[in-house]
Amino acid sequence: MTLIIDTQDLATEAAVATPEGTLFRFATAGSVDDGKSTLVGRLLHDSKAILADQLEAVTRTSTERGFGGESGGIDFALLTDGLRAEREQGITIDVAYRYFATPARSFILADCPGHVQYTRNMVTGATTADAVIMLIDARKGVLEQTRRHLSVVALLRVPHVIIAVNKIDLLDYNEAAYREVEASVRLVTAELGIADVLVIPVSALVGDNVVDRSERTPWYAGPSLLELLETLTVIDDRGAASQAAEAFRLPVQLVLRPQGAVVVAPELADSYRDYRSYAGQVASGSIKVGDTVSVEPGGGTSTVTGIDFAGVQLAEAFAPQSIALRLADDLDIARGAVIAARGTLPPVTRTLTADLFWLDPRPLAPGARVLVKFGTTVLQALVSEVTGRLDLTTLGVEPATSLTVNDIGQASIRLSRDLPVEPYTQNRRSGAFLVIHPQDGATLAAGIVTAPGEPTRAGDGSGAGSEVSP
Amino acid sequence: MRAPPMNFATHRLSELDVLESEAIHIIREVVAEFERPVLLFSGGKDSVVVLHLAAKAFWPGKIPIELLHVDTGHNFPEVLEFRDKTVAAHGVRLVVAQVQDYIDDGRLAERADGTRNPLQTLPLLDAIAAGRHDAVFGGARRDEDKARAKERILSLRDEFGQWDPRNQRPELWNLYNGRHTVGQHVRAFPISNWTELNVWRYIERENIELPPLYYAHEREVYRRDNMWRAISPVSPARADETVELRTVRYRTVGDMSCTGAVDSNAASVADVVREVGVSTITERGATRADDRISEAAMEDRKKEGYF
Repeated sequence: MTLIIDTQDLATEAAVATPEGTLFRFATAGSVDDGKSTLVGRLLHDSKAILADQLEAVTRTSTERGFGGESGGIDFALLTDGLRAEREQGITIDVAYRYFATPARSFILADCPGHVQYTRNMVTGATTADAVIMLIDARKGVLEQTRRHLSVVALLRVPHVIIAVNKIDLLDYNEAAYREVEASVRLVTAELGIADVLVIPVSALVGDNVVDRSERTPWYAGPSLLELLETLTVIDDRGAASQAAEAFRLPVQLVLRPQGAVVVAPELADSYRDYRSYAGQVASGSIKVGDTVSVEPGGGTSTVTGIDFAGVQLAEAFAPQSIALRLADDLDIARGAVIAARGTLPPVTRTLTADLFWLDPRPLAPGARVLVKFGTTVLQALVSEVTGRLDLTTLGVEPATSLTVNDIGQASIRLSRDLPVEPYTQNRRSGAFLVIHPQDGATLAAGIVTAPGEPTRAGDGSGAGSEVSP
Repeated sequence: MRAPPMNFATHRLSELDVLESEAIHIIREVVAEFERPVLLFSGGKDSVVVLHLAAKAFWPGKIPIELLHVDTGHNFPEVLEFRDKTVAAHGVRLVVAQVQDYIDDGRLAERADGTRNPLQTLPLLDAIAAGRHDAVFGGARRDEDKARAKERILSLRDEFGQWDPRNQRPELWNLYNGRHTVGQHVRAFPISNWTELNVWRYIERENIELPPLYYAHEREVYRRDNMWRAISPVSPARADETVELRTVRYRTVGDMSCTGAVDSNAASVADVVREVGVSTITERGATRADDRISEAAMEDRKKEGYF
């Protein structure tokens, strides 16, 4: 796709967000040729994020390949298709990350591939996204790959979904034609249960409603794409109120116990001789010094006596900070444990049902022995049953006994030991897991807990064990 | 170390706070999951930032891993001096692999163009094997180059150190999969998501010391490939090149034989932050002769085991 721009228009000054600004992560998705690369080029160009030497390199290669003919057009796919194979074949194979900023905030853009065989790479881009922009060619409407990508977005519960109905210029900005596409895509998103959907008519080529609102779509009263991206909320930045509602979880990465090998001033070294803290990134919620916590495995409880952030003592910490917690009691806590606000942990279980996005070329058969990684814990598991697979045409679940690459399926999983399991809908961090090949270590699937199985022991919220002090 | 300026009333982290916590999480995850990680440390700004983050990750303990530097023999002397001083201050062990040793005994041959940057790969792979390292931290950032823009935060390499860009392991949420088979190792890039401006703002916020050549200073230089090249024993001017004294600084610090300086009056961190914010040229485009070889220069080097 050729994007014709006036190189004189290239600003001499890149836009810079303030240091206090927030960071917003979004991904682009959609079928091949729906105009992803052109949209990315348009966003980067109009937000002045393409620097002179990059533009020069892309312009040179575009001209060498006869792109845009006499008008000197630029193939903006060259900006993000960074691999030799991608440029040779003119396709996107893997996610390209691009960085740009406006005065409002900074952005990390994951430009995802559109081809079916690289859907697994699109999943990589979408798991960390605060928003996904789904491109649809206004002339073609919803395609199978659109449904596949929307299914992934629904499965991962990406917080914001923006449908960019592209190439609206080729429909002569006809409202009725746009409304038809909008209605058909809203049918699909409703079917998939995607709640927060915003639909925008755009032309990435000409720039309608990308950065500025277009006068050629007077029938569209909403914001431009960039205006939306600048104002949507960030996953880890939902404000104090909603974070208070989300329970505190700290998956323990490691125990910090320097035993004298410390970097503090010599006169303080003695007071750090018995230092012990539990390091990790807060997965959800917040914690204060003095709060009581529960720990799994073990079910012990204790009180937070300190929150350390590299030598600074914090009174409070919240997601997604990387901290180290000190506790009043000497509990048996190792890597893989979860420290949680007392009274909030679910019962432990050894079974669960999950949605799996199968990423590996080797198919999944029932009875497969795998490893699963939840937070910082890796354990053996067994896929006891495959119960269904999403049919991308009907968006219904069809019976299935195995999964192949790029399938979204449902399965029952048995765990080798007790684990506090939460549905992904309740907690994005603790309800997500990897399925790993036990021999070669390949990541086989992205897993999402749909329901924990029968409790093997009550959680700390329901009485048993919760009153026992170590 | 200063307290990060976080806002407890809103529970909102700034961009730098988010990137810092992400990097510390990656560093802790790799140190916890691997047997013998090592951190590549050249004294360049990105590796200095990674070292600073590692110190934060394990405070109050010392950084529990070794550092490794592949010295091409073309490094700036003031950077090597800074490297050794910084290593001593952190109380960690540094292993240095010398490209010169390989040239002396014939395992590597000097290139016709005189640059040694591509020669680093073999000593790097040997040092990784000799140290039995299964994870190697680097300070590479995705905004540096379009091949780097494609690489995972944990990048699996085979026993030849090769990157297979067509078949990368999916990387989901913040659940990093460090599993590997014998002979494989992982390159870990904690500041993948940082831009050049993020790095400089962090250096400013944390008051991190850097080698002096990152700031404006007077230097004898000559013009080659549209860059100011420093006069040194390994980068002499040709007869037709005019040597002049200019006020310059370095945006990246690599070999004297392939790194260029830029005209700059930015003498302080705050000056540099302002300068980077309005720059119209990328840092590698402005200063690296080795990346100008072809559109895919970086990808080709990475496939051979380079960082």
